[in-house]
Formats: sequence, structure tokens, C-alpha cells
Amino acid sequence: MNKAQSSALRALAAPEWEPTIGTPALSSFEAARGALRRDLTLAFRQRGQLIQPLAFFAMVTLLFPLAVSPQLGRLREIAPGVLWSAELLASLLALEFLFRDDAQDGTLEQYALSGQSLTALLFAKTTAHWLLTGLPLALMAPLAALSLGAPASAVPGILLSVGLGSVTLSLIGAIGAALTLGMKRSGALLSLLTLPLSLPVLIFGARATQLAISGETLVAPLELLGALAVLGITLAPFAAAAGVRISLE
Amino acid sequence: MTWTWFHRLGSPPYVYGLARRLTPWLGWPAALLILGGLWGGLALAPPDYQQGDGFRIIYVHAPSAWMSLMVYTTMAIAAGVGLIWRIKVAHAVAASCAPIGASFTFAALVTGALWGQPMWGTYWQWDPRLTSELILLFLYLGYMGLRAGIEDTQRADRASAVLAVVGVINVPIIHYSVTWWNSLHQAPSVMRLAKPTLPASMLVPLLVMLLGFTLLFGALLLVRLRAEILTRERASSWIREALGA
Amino acid sequence: MREFLDMGGYAAFVWPSYAVTLAAIALNIYWARRLLAQARAAARRRLAAQDQRA
Repeated sequence: MNKAQSSALRALAAPEWEPTIGTPALSSFEAARGALRRDLTLAFRQRGQLIQPLAFFAMVTLLFPLAVSPQLGRLREIAPGVLWSAELLASLLALEFLFRDDAQDGTLEQYALSGQSLTALLFAKTTAHWLLTGLPLALMAPLAALSLGAPASAVPGILLSVGLGSVTLSLIGAIGAALTLGMKRSGALLSLLTLPLSLPVLIFGARATQLAISGETLVAPLELLGALAVLGITLAPFAAAAGVRISLE
Repeated sequence: MTWTWFHRLGSPPYVYGLARRLTPWLGWPAALLILGGLWGGLALAPPDYQQGDGFRIIYVHAPSAWMSLMVYTTMAIAAGVGLIWRIKVAHAVAASCAPIGASFTFAALVTGALWGQPMWGTYWQWDPRLTSELILLFLYLGYMGLRAGIEDTQRADRASAVLAVVGVINVPIIHYSVTWWNSLHQAPSVMRLAKPTLPASMLVPLLVMLLGFTLLFGALLLVRLRAEILTRERASSWIREALGA
Repeated sequence: MREFLDMGGYAAFVWPSYAVTLAAIALNIYWARRLLAQARAAARRRLAAQDQRA
């Protein structure tokens, strides 16, 4: 365990975190807020890791001008597909950071045994994960789009669609990561589990990006992305909690 | 209404015996129906006025596609029952479903491509139904991959059950999004695999085939279920009786 | 008969479709039966091992 993690665990063991037998000392909301703060603190002490998905996203975007054509006119046509394929792959790559360290040092087991709602704690962890990977990716997507020939007027639409879509991607990813927890070589399996479930996000997201680039209204696909996010927020944490409990058995 | 039948369905020895007795009652009618359906589809049904004899592929394509969805639904329901009531037999049912479903999904894809060539002029068309079927194949492969990746049977049961339930919630969403996607990019010249109202001489063999495939699934499931129960029930004296050893 | 086999010119598509589907059915029946036979053999071996220990 490194210094950052041990100090964060000490923070967890501080008096206000001490669990009392019977009724938990904290409400689910307070516990979830604590878990969220802990994850953010830890992540900011290991900033190097956060760069990796972003660099990967930029790298995948770079492949296409080199592989297809440097003409912006042609790149603009494939830009939505490129962006969303890169987004799906980068968020898949980032899933490695979601539960791995906490499973190794026993934090997840502490969560499961804490008497707090594991669903709320995992929702907090997923939120932290989205803030640390999904949101930066969404901020970077417009830049990548501009490099692929998208007009500046498309920036707000792309920002919104990638930001909204990545919420669902994080939630679906949390289920996949929970189910493959503790497996030695889970990378290929994790992609086989999460990518088929992510396809609706890809379809609606790419459509929204396409409409943003061509300067049309993108309300319809954004609404659909929003509906997926709401569905994900209501259902996915329960599935992730079930998955973590099963994997820890 | 009493729930004893439900509880008995949770008892491995009872289900094992029931499965053994039921198998021929599903298997033989399935064989007769499929043979009858083949005869009806290949010989009795008249050629389609547009697609000629090429349309006869429907008698194997549609039942395979029906099978792929029905098996996935069955698997997810069994998995859900296993998760909620912690019934081992239900998990065994779910585990038995996946290889059957995956193989018929594959058959539906191949027959769909073989139907596409004469109708569309290309083996693969990003038609919403074929695309959904392809995604369904990946869902099956993910389910089987997750099971294969977890050594402990009980953990594999419960983890894959969560995945099956999540998957079955997603199937309609995926199908809707793929249809929506396709409607945006639909080239007007593409001919659809739409089924206009079929006359009885064409429809009856199709229904016979669908029923035959459903019964076949039942028979295959029961045989696989018995194997699963035998492997899971480690040290049970009833196995001695059941095997007649 | 030749006319039937020709399938109005669609023979190259109709027959492979039926072949693939019937192969899927046959393989499924074979796999299921083999799985059961293997499970029964394994169970018999376990019982025999138990008897020897007893």
C-alpha cells in the first residue's frame, strides 16, 4: 500500500467513521459522500494514472487521419464514429482503475461489511470514476472533434452528448468490473461483457455528434442519452453491488 | 393455490426424474414436427411470387432466430429465479441454456446471410434484425465467457445470473436503438426481409417449424439439465438410485 | 426431382441454409447427449470411489 492510500485509510478509520454495532453511525448519503471524497483525494495524489485514458483517447483519434486521409472534409464525415469508438475504448481502459486497488487492499470488503448500503457506496465510487475519467474525456472530445474538421459551433453539442453518454458508460462498466473482480486476466472478457451493452450509447451519441457537426438540432438523441443515463443510475448500482458481493464471497 | 409444485421444482432428485420422464414426450413430437415442417416448407408451400423458391429459407431462418430470443429470455428468467430464491436447479437451467441459444443464434446469422445474397445482392446487410442478432451472439458469448472465467460453480452461477438479467433488460433497448439507427441510414433501394401476410399454405409449415423448434429446445434443455444436476450434486445418495448403480 | 433440387435457381442458398440449421440441431443433440453421458460416467466413478473408501 502506498502512502496516499494508507493516509486515506487512516482518514476512514478516524472517529467520525467508526462504525457502531447495530445501527450505522452515518446515513447512507453521508457514507457515500465520504467514499466519493476519499476516491477523489486518492486519485489526485496519483495524477499520472488519470492521464492514461486521455492519452489513449487522443492516440486513437490520431490513428484515423493517418489511416484514412488528412482531408478535413472526409474526416468530418467519420468524426462521430471515430469519437465514439475512441470514447468507448477509452472508458473501457479506464475501468481498470475503478475497483482494482480497492479490491486488492480490502477496502471493498470493508465497504461490504460496513453495514452501509453497498449500492450507495458503489454509486459514489462510480460517480468519482466518472468525474475522474468520463468528464475529462468529455472535455477533450470537442478538441478531438475540431482536429477532425468539426466546426466550432459543434463544441457545446459534442460536450453535452459525450458528457451524458459517458455517465451510462461508467455505470455499465461498473457492472462489468464488479462481475470480473478478482479474475486474473479479465481484460478481454470485460470488453466482451460491456461493449455489447454500450452499443445504444454509441448509436445515440454518434447521432448527436453528427447532428452537432452538421449544425442541426440534437434534442432527440440527447433525450435518448438522458433516458439511458436515468435508467442506468436507477438500476446499475444495484447490479454492481450484487456483482461485488458475489465476487467477494 | 398451493406452492408445493414450485418447491418441488427446487429439489434436484425430483427435477432429475421429471426431466428424464419428460424428455421423450418433447423430443419425439419435436422430431415429427420438424420433419413435417421441412416437408411442408420445401415441397408443399408454393414458391413466393417475388422471391421464388429463395423464400423457403424462412422455414429455417425464422425458427432459429425465434430460438435465439426465446432461449435468452428463458435463461434470464431462470437466472432471475435462481438469484432471488437461491434455487440451485434454476441456475442449472440457466447454465444449460447458453450453448443451445448461442448455436442457434449462429445458425440464424448464417441463414440470414444466405437469404441476403439472393434478396439484397450481398451476403451481409446492416439490417436491424441481422445486426441485433449479431449483438445477441456477443451477449451469449459474454455470458459463457464469464461462466468459464469463474471456477467456483456457485459464484459462476450467481455472477452470470446478474449478467443475464442485465442483458435481458438491455435486449429491447439494443433492438430499439438498432432499429432507430437503421431507419436513419436506410437506403431506399434496399429490399427488406419484411414478411407480408403469408397465405396459409406458406404459414402453416412455418408455425409447425416454430413449434417443433420450441419442443426441441425443451428436450435439449432437459437432457443438459440432467447432466448439470449430476455434476453439481456431489455426494447425494439419490444419484446412486437414479443411476441404478 | 431435378427441378426440386434446383430450387428455382436458388439451390446455392436454400440448401446450405437447411444444411447449417440441421447441422445445428444434430450437433446440439450430440452435445447434450455426450454431456449427459460424461456426467453419468463421472458420477459413477465418484460413487465407486466412495464405495472403496467405505
